[in-house]
Amino acid sequence: MAQKARRKNKELFALGNEAVVEGALLAGCTFFAGYPITPSSEIMEVMAQKLPRTENGAFIQMEDEIASMGAVIGASLAGRKAMTATSGPGFSLMQEHIGYACMVEAPCVIVNVMRGGPSTGLPTSPAQGDVQMARWGTHGDHPIIVLSASTVQECLEMTIVAFNFSEKYRVPVILLIDEITAHTREKITIPSERDYEIFSRVLPSMPPEWFKPFEETTRGVPPMAPIGSGYRIHVTGLTHDPLGYPTQRPDEVEEFTHRLFRKIDQHFADIVLTEEYETKDAEVAVVAYGSVARSAHLAVDQAREQGIKAGLLHLKTLFPFPRAALEKLTRRGAAILVPEMNMGQISREVKRVNAGRVRVRTINRVDGQIITPSQILKNIGQM
Amino acid sequence: MSQVTQLIHQYLRHNKRFPHVYCPGCGHGIVLGSLVRSVHNLGLSKDEVCLVAGIGCSGRMAVYVDFNTVHTTHGRALTFATGIKLANPELTVICVMGDGDALSIGGNHLIHAARRNIGVTALILNNNIYGMTGGQCSSTTPMGSRSMTTPYGQLENTFDIVELAKAAGANYVARSTAFHAKMMDAQISQALSRPGFSLVETFSPCHTQYGRKNQFRTVVDMYQDLKVRSTPLEKWNEMDPAKRGDKFPIGVFVERDEPGLEERYMAMAEGLRKKEANA
Ligand SMILES: Cc1ncc(C[n+]2csc(CCOP(=O)(O)OP(=O)(O)O)c2C)c(N)n1
Ligand code: SF4
Repeated sequence: MAQKARRKNKELFALGNEAVVEGALLAGCTFFAGYPITPSSEIMEVMAQKLPRTENGAFIQMEDEIASMGAVIGASLAGRKAMTATSGPGFSLMQEHIGYACMVEAPCVIVNVMRGGPSTGLPTSPAQGDVQMARWGTHGDHPIIVLSASTVQECLEMTIVAFNFSEKYRVPVILLIDEITAHTREKITIPSERDYEIFSRVLPSMPPEWFKPFEETTRGVPPMAPIGSGYRIHVTGLTHDPLGYPTQRPDEVEEFTHRLFRKIDQHFADIVLTEEYETKDAEVAVVAYGSVARSAHLAVDQAREQGIKAGLLHLKTLFPFPRAALEKLTRRGAAILVPEMNMGQISREVKRVNAGRVRVRTINRVDGQIITPSQILKNIGQM
Repeated sequence: MSQVTQLIHQYLRHNKRFPHVYCPGCGHGIVLGSLVRSVHNLGLSKDEVCLVAGIGCSGRMAVYVDFNTVHTTHGRALTFATGIKLANPELTVICVMGDGDALSIGGNHLIHAARRNIGVTALILNNNIYGMTGGQCSSTTPMGSRSMTTPYGQLENTFDIVELAKAAGANYVARSTAFHAKMMDAQISQALSRPGFSLVETFSPCHTQYGRKNQFRTVVDMYQDLKVRSTPLEKWNEMDPAKRGDKFPIGVFVERDEPGLEERYMAMAEGLRKKEANA
């Protein structure tokens, strides 16, 4: 009987990029604007195919990435869950508008399928070179949420998480995927509705005359009224007061900036997602994310077979940086190995948190090639 | 209080963001007045209008007027407007830009908005200069004119906004000047009530940055100049090209009723969903 009640979830043989689209649609995305760039284009192509078939869905191919991001923010302000997808050079173009989205607290999701760089770099080779750009690419002081995915299934799941965080905290959320994951095809399960939660921005409940669109709340996140819903508001990239009008009063400016940070800091525990594997007694802990985390997983198994106490701290949230999870390991004295497909963009954070407590080694691969389990295993052995 | 002033006050956020930043004699206030009258005459409610503006003196309009207002980034206002219109086609979306905004940094967005015929009204306040940043040249600063960055005279050709919009495929293209407020009212009203992409260019004098560097002794001289040089389109067409000199045509250049992109999109999507439901 119990078996009968359990409905079988739908299964798909999908690319990472296709899984992103599945996740976005489950999360309630109804708007996509983008500009083609390898290796992210499949996200846009599948969106073009699917969005007009979904209730209220709208898709547009814009003239460039600056325009795409502008359209995404416009749609978000008008009440849509909106997203775009790109790769390094396009991500650079989006940065001015990512700053704008931070400033006006417009929820939106930006997927960056990373390829080698700088510049047009390695169009179809994997890299993880945009990690710090995702955190600090735009101008000014601002918090942001950066997530990553390591499997096709995770592409789906982390896209849902990205939408949820962006709606909950009114912040642009960046999902970083590397080319390997984006172009891997594997079996995934589409979860049924009761297996995941969907969050949508909180709408104002007070009459329009009382509404202060950028007012502090206990959660730090003000309710958001869609344009055209009768709450006539002013939205501006200039630093604004709780009513939304430009201000240069030092007390208001400071309070506003602090609130932007507070709304993320206050919910640190909710936002920082990590997975631990065999870390309980680990003497060497690998810290990895993206496709590298998969290689690391296998390397840990192989190390254990050789009698080395290895473990994996898999980062799913990259920023805010999962400080607490890492500290737990370094306090216990586990040596840390950070393999990544860049010159050390996350190991930098690891070293900062470690503050010299334990030995930190890195593997930095920037030749457009995958970091293999054996490469990680060899390094574990040398720790 | 005159009737005109009363009407304008009804549409301004008078208790919030005044006094305004515009210099005495700036044409931008005249365009703002015309915009308000057009919205009023069309009977649109303040809630159904969304004013999107770029960055510059012209962009400041978004703070003053009591519609849904979005003050965006320099040159990119049309991209936000496109997203807003596609997300909510019921809204009347107006995009206010300076000449620097619309033609220089945002030139690409302008031609594409016109090409895709998105249902937005673009209002370009052409003062031939960058006002807000202190008088550098823009892509409409006339050949030979002085500016902070063309101290020896501008050497580049300029954009003709009307010809550009015509070529790019806008549904409605018109031009007036701050001296021709009545004509401007009619053009903005028409632009707002049409489907697809509409563009109204208005010459809006900036004495502070342009006039004083280019031998206009007073603000009045600048309006006088607009009056003398502007030529109604019908007259312009009959004029011997050799005699046109530095005159320019004003009037309505394109009038079409092609459905806007958002309308086409919704029709396509509806068709797809119907087909799916029947399958
Ligand atoms: C990306 C970017 N570059 C430059 C600026 C600086 N900036 C602000 S306003 C402006 C020019 C404004 O001129 P225009 O668009 O003609 O409007 P006006 O002030 O004359 O009405 C510039 C260059 C900016 N805000 N953003
Ligand atoms: S600087 Fe020029 S455009 Fe700006 S307000 Fe003054 S007169 Fe108007």
